[in-house]
Formats: sequence, C-alpha cells, structure tokens
Amino acid sequence: MTTFIPGPRGQGAEQPGDSQDSIETKDIAGLSQGQIVLRRFLRHKGALVGLITIACIALFCYSAVGVGPIPGWWQYNHYSSNPVLNPQGAPTMSLPAWLGGDGFAIGQHPFGQDDIGRDNFARVMKGTQISLMVMVVIGVVGLVIGSVIGALAGFYRGWLDNVLMRITDGFIILPTLVVGAILGKMVGGASAIALALALGLILWPTLARLVRGEFLGLREREFVDAARVTGASDLRIMLKHMFPNSMGVIIVNTSLLMAQAIVLETALSFLGFGITSPDVSLGQLINEYQSSFATRPWLFWWPGLFIIVIALCINFVGDGLRDAFDPRQKRVPSKRVMDRAARRNAKTAGDAAGKGAAS
Amino acid sequence: MIRFILRRMLASAAILLVLTFAVYHLLDFAMDYFFDLRASTSPNIDQLFESRRRLLNLDTPVTLRYFDWLAGVGGCFIGQCDLGTAWVSGQEVTSQLQGAIANTVKLVTAATLISIVMGVLIGVISALRQYTGFDYVITFVSFLLYSLPVFWVAVLLKQYGAIEFNNFLNNPVVSWPVVIVFAVIAGLFWMGAIGGDARRRVIVFASATVVTFAVTAYVLLTGWLESPRIGLIGTALVSAGFAVAVTFASTGLRNRRALAAALITVVVGLLLYMPLQNLFYYVEMNIPAMLGLLLIALVIGAAIGIALRGPDRSASARTGALTALLMSIVVFCDRVLQEWDRYVAMPQINNRPIATIGAATPNLQADFWMGMLDSFTHLLLPSIALILISFALYTRYERASMLEVMNQDYIRTARAKGLTERTVVMRHGLRNALIPVTSVMAVDIVTLIGGAVITETIFGWSGMGKLFIDSMNRNELDPVMAYILITGLLAIAATLLADFLYGLLDPRIRVTS
Repeated sequence: MTTFIPGPRGQGAEQPGDSQDSIETKDIAGLSQGQIVLRRFLRHKGALVGLITIACIALFCYSAVGVGPIPGWWQYNHYSSNPVLNPQGAPTMSLPAWLGGDGFAIGQHPFGQDDIGRDNFARVMKGTQISLMVMVVIGVVGLVIGSVIGALAGFYRGWLDNVLMRITDGFIILPTLVVGAILGKMVGGASAIALALALGLILWPTLARLVRGEFLGLREREFVDAARVTGASDLRIMLKHMFPNSMGVIIVNTSLLMAQAIVLETALSFLGFGITSPDVSLGQLINEYQSSFATRPWLFWWPGLFIIVIALCINFVGDGLRDAFDPRQKRVPSKRVMDRAARRNAKTAGDAAGKGAAS
Repeated sequence: MIRFILRRMLASAAILLVLTFAVYHLLDFAMDYFFDLRASTSPNIDQLFESRRRLLNLDTPVTLRYFDWLAGVGGCFIGQCDLGTAWVSGQEVTSQLQGAIANTVKLVTAATLISIVMGVLIGVISALRQYTGFDYVITFVSFLLYSLPVFWVAVLLKQYGAIEFNNFLNNPVVSWPVVIVFAVIAGLFWMGAIGGDARRRVIVFASATVVTFAVTAYVLLTGWLESPRIGLIGTALVSAGFAVAVTFASTGLRNRRALAAALITVVVGLLLYMPLQNLFYYVEMNIPAMLGLLLIALVIGAAIGIALRGPDRSASARTGALTALLMSIVVFCDRVLQEWDRYVAMPQINNRPIATIGAATPNLQADFWMGMLDSFTHLLLPSIALILISFALYTRYERASMLEVMNQDYIRTARAKGLTERTVVMRHGLRNALIPVTSVMAVDIVTLIGGAVITETIFGWSGMGKLFIDSMNRNELDPVMAYILITGLLAIAATLLADFLYGLLDPRIRVTS
C-alpha cells in the first residue's frame, strides 16, 4: 500500500482514475485529529455557508450602529425619532427593475420607520447585536459550568457525582422557558448582560450530562492510567489528557446550546420577560410591533428574518461540527457519482491502453 | 424492578421538594405584590399597603409561607387539595387548573399525534434516500422549521391563515400560476420520495403533477372550499386509497389476503354509511359514544381479517383493523363537514370560519357535531404552529435513528437471506429505529401537558401555558407554584416512563436494582 502525503486541498483530489477507496485513505493518511475534523467540517457546505453568514451578520450589525461610545457608519440610531419620509414610514429600499421593483435604491430608511419615526434598520441592527451577544454569553457560561460540573462528576464519581447529578436532574425537570421566565422577571429589566448570565445558569445541564458520560469512559483508558502512574495531578490529567479527548462532545453541544439560547432569548423577550424597552432585541422588536402587522408589516418581517437566519446558520454549523467529530459518519458517494467515477475509470483505462498500443 | 422504581421515585420526590423550595423563594423575590399600588395617589395608601400585606401574609417569613403552601399540597394525599388562591381574581387555584389542563390536552393531543406520524414517516423516507436531492431538501426544510420562532409563525398564521384565508373564502380568485407551481412541487416531492430509475422517476413525476393539478383545480373550480364535503363517493375513494396504503405498509401488496381484508373492510364500512347517518341524525352523540363506535369498527376490521383465515391471520387482522380506524376517521370528518354550511351562516361566525382567538365561539348554540366543527376551526391554526416545529424535531430524530439502524449488520443479514426490501425496512429497520424515538415521544407527550406557553399565549388559548404567563404577569405566586409542581411531577413521570419503555422495547437493556 502506498502512502500518500496529502498536499493542500485541490491538488491531489482532482487526479482522474483514483478509486473511491484510495480517496478515503488519502483523507486520513498522516493527519492529526484536528486536521481531519477541520477537513470534514470544511467539506460540509451547509456548515461553511452558515459560519460565513453568521460572521458577516455579526460584522455588519456591529459596524453599522457601533458599540457603546464608538459610532457606526449608519447615520441613525435606534432610539431617536426622525421625520417620517414615506407614508406610514414604508421602507425606502426598492428592488432592482429586473425583479419587478422601480430601480434599486437604499434610501434613508431601507427597513422603514415605526409609528414615531425611529429608523427600523438601526433598531434591527441593535437588536441583532444584543441577541448575538446574549447568545454568546449564554453559550460561554453554559460551556464553562456544564463542562466543569460534568468533568468533576465523571472524574471523581462517588458522592460528588451523586450530588452534582441530582442538581442537574433538578435543572432538567423544568422547561427552560419556564425557569427562564422566572429568572427574566427577576433580572430582565436590569441589563442584557445580567439576563444572559442568568439564562446561562439554566442551559448547562445537557452538556454536563454528556461530559460526565465522556469522562466516565475516558478515566478507564490506558493513557489516563499512564499519566497517573507518572505522578500527574488530577487537574493535569483532566486538563491535558481528558478535556482534549472530549472536545468533540463539548464543541458540538455548545453549538447546539447556542442555537437553543437564541430561540430562548427571543421567546422570553417576546413574552416580556427578557429584554424590555427601551433596550432592543430581535424578540422584543417583534413583541413591540406584532399588533401593527397589518399596517406596517416591515417592522415585523425584518427582525423575524434575522432570527431565522441566525438560528438556521447555527443549526447548520452544529450539524457540520457533529458530522466532523463523528468517526462513524463516512460520506458514501451517491450511486450516480459512483457510476460516473466508474465510467471515468473505464475511459482513462481505455485511453491508457490505446496510448500503450500506439507507442 | 420494584425496588428500582421505588428508589427512583424517592429520589425524584426529594429533587422536587428542593426544586419547589428554591423556586418559591426565587418567585417571592421576583414578584412585586404592590405593582398596582405603586403609582396610586390615593390618600389611604398606607392602609392599602397594609391590607395587601395582610392578605398575602407577607409579614411571615417566606420560608414559613413555603411550608404553609407545602402543607396545602400535602393535603392532596388525603383528598383535600389546597394549592392556594390567585389573589388578583380571588379564584381557587385548583378550579383554575381543571379548565386549563382540559384545554391544553385538547390543544396538544392532535398536534402531537400528527407531528409524530408525519415526522416518523418523512424521517424514514429521508433516511432511505440518504444523500439524494430529496434528503437534502428535507434536511434543509426541517432545519428551517426548527429555527422558526414560534411566536413569529403564529402571528403570520393569524394574518394569512385566518384573515386572508377568510377573505379568500368570501371572494375566491384562482391564481393559476400558483396552482401550477404547487402541482410541480408535489410532483417533485413524490418523485424524490419514491425514487427508482430515470424512467420510473419521470412516470411518478408526471402522474403526481397531473393528479395534484386535477385535484386542486377541482377543489377550486367547483367551489369545494366554500362548502367542503366528502360524501359517499369521496368516502369510498379515500378509504380505498387508505386500504391500499395500509396493506402496502403493513404486509406488502403481495399478500392478497391482507389486501382483500382491507378492501372488504372498506366495503362493509360503505354499507354501514347510510345506517350511521341515520344513527347520527336521530341520536344525540357524545365523545364516549364516538369512541365506542370506533372500537366496534376496529373489532369488525380485525374480525374480517381473521375470517379470511390463511397462514398469518394476525397480519390480515392488523391490516383490517388499521383500515377500519382510518375509515372511521373519514366517516367522522364527513359527518362533521356536513355541518359546514349551517355553521358558516351562523350570525356569530358571519362567513369567517377560521378563528384566531380562544378555544370555542362564545354563545354558540350548537349540537355535538357543530361543536366539533367549531373546535376544529379554533384548533386549526395553533395546531399548525405546533406541528411545524415538533414535526421538524421528529424528522431529525427518526432520520438519524433510521440511518444508524440501516447500517447495522443484521440489516445486511436480512437482505442477504432474501427478504424483500419492504420487510427489511419495515420489520427489521423501522421497528428498531423507533425504540430511541419512543423514549423521546414519552417525554414529549407527558411534558406537553405543561402547555405550549407561547402558542397558547398568542392564540388566547386558556391552557396551562397561558395560566403560567398570566399569573406571572399578575404577580400571583400560587398559580405559578401549582404550574411548577405539575410540570415537575409530569417530567419525573415522563423520564421514568421513558426508561421503562426503553427497557421493555430494547432487549439489550436490563434494569438492575
């Protein structure tokens, strides 16, 4: 069997005449675990598109209205009223002529204005900022608490495991929306960060359970015994030997947790227990404008669109990560691709034979 | 086994105790009992504060109040439930709960059943056609549905599903391009779902498109939408279709006996159609009577299967009973739809049948059938909102589970010993793929009693979820605690049930005490 040292993507893969089998071997030959995962992730088109879209949205919304004292490039902000331009404050953005609009234009208020003339674009951008921030904070808090609790329970077992897992059970029993509403009522009015921290405190249990399961399996493995025999401390064993091995579970579930987080935050804000006026978030915007749907539908469409796109992208990224970390997931080419490859093989073999005969 | 269950229940009770204790204190901290008095300029404001404090017993420390509440809950074991009072309205919490639970069950039952059946079906097909265009589209759609915020969908449904649709019913204008696009999409769906070689795909695509187009055109042109009805002929056609489909899934069309059982069941059902109409006309019906009739239908269907004898009677009996079940539903829907014209003309309805708020039209003088129709028109939109999201969830679960099972060695063995693809998929694949999904279902069904908080709030459906939100908004502690208690109990019961079912269905798992 020949060893193939993989070059950068696109150099080796295009060689005609390779059977599917050798392409598979090429995938894993001489690659570290991280490289394999990265390659698989990059091959998942949906996940890649999702990741890029999220990055673009974040960049766009943070640069548009600025953060804190730093101003953005958009001339309006999310709280002051402006003179209403179009009747009802209809959007000034119009489609290009070939799509049935009257010429492409962005105008002063591309997403329209609300009843007191506030710029909807600035409000949606600010809302996206807050929602993304809440999502990331929830993700980080959940990640830290969940992996620490899961790691301690799985590593030490015994009474500590029992106590920690019973606490986890207690958190799992109630629907997150219900606990979120109670916590939101306590801190929702205060600030977005407080809400995010509070919500992070309730979304960790699933991760804790999974990490515990992973650690329970890992602590019986030989390399952990070897580390212990060489005199490594518990902390070192956990950080250096066990966490890197459970990275897959942790990363995948943090992405799923973040997808859950954005839905939870928007739902709570919609119900009035999350972010409340004058702060804005995507759910809060929909809550504020739902009654004016018949007269000013744009106030309702835009925030909803952003929620959907963000949640969809995160779900795709999570799916891509799961596929990338799962060693059982092997992409078997469809029958059509196999047939095409077989035909190409036959053709090149025929050409080679013809050349051989000619020379 | 009993020891295991007892130990689990004891541990769960302890968790629930700690949980209610913590939540009670959190809630007491979060709630503002004087929210209506803060802005008051009344001269006797101090007295008002004082009387409110006395009403809610606020001078007692919160921990003592918790034990007071707990004593009331403990009374449930000796038949004297006291879950406290909702102080704003002065209602007993126990009486609030009864209506709320009934309403929630009514809302979630149909939605859950439909999403489970559809989700499992689509998930299986998607897994069988892995990495085809169909699979990618289904994956994308289920991700999309899963990402939809339910409150956003619900507002859209209210606008387009109710207001615009009612306008359309009053002034139907057919837009042919939309119909054609719809027919082509249906054709593509069936082509992807059935699969096969190029020739078969073309045939499936063409016939599915033509059939969909014809049916849609018929529905739109004959004014079927304004006064929908099924009738004897419709019942016959739909039931015969069900009979063939059930036989295909349950035993395969090769099994002529099963097919005959299904078709004979349909014929018997059609013979009973007129007598049933008379029965419905002369006798006032109710839910238990309907369930009784359904049971009779099932027995008849199974009896026909057994009467045909043959080597595997149970398969024929199963097919007959399933066909009878589906056919009974068709006959029931037919009878309910017969009320449509009268219902729409009622002054309370005023030609706008699809409702957006509540569970029933107030002051509607209706008999059983019209009451049913009224419930259905109210259930339609919230059910769609619920189905869209849980359907996506079940599709994902079932697809993943089915893929896992179909890659197992025993599936290869089953194929190698010459079983038909249908038997491999239905008996060896689907049955095992359903095991993990079953435990998800158990949790899902039981926790649904906790209510669909957002859907209920938007559609004004006074179930458990709305009770929770309203009480939170009114700063009423006792109803919220009752809600927490009930959802907590149900969640514990659900996990127990899921573990139990898993052990029962999967022989590899044995519960050890």
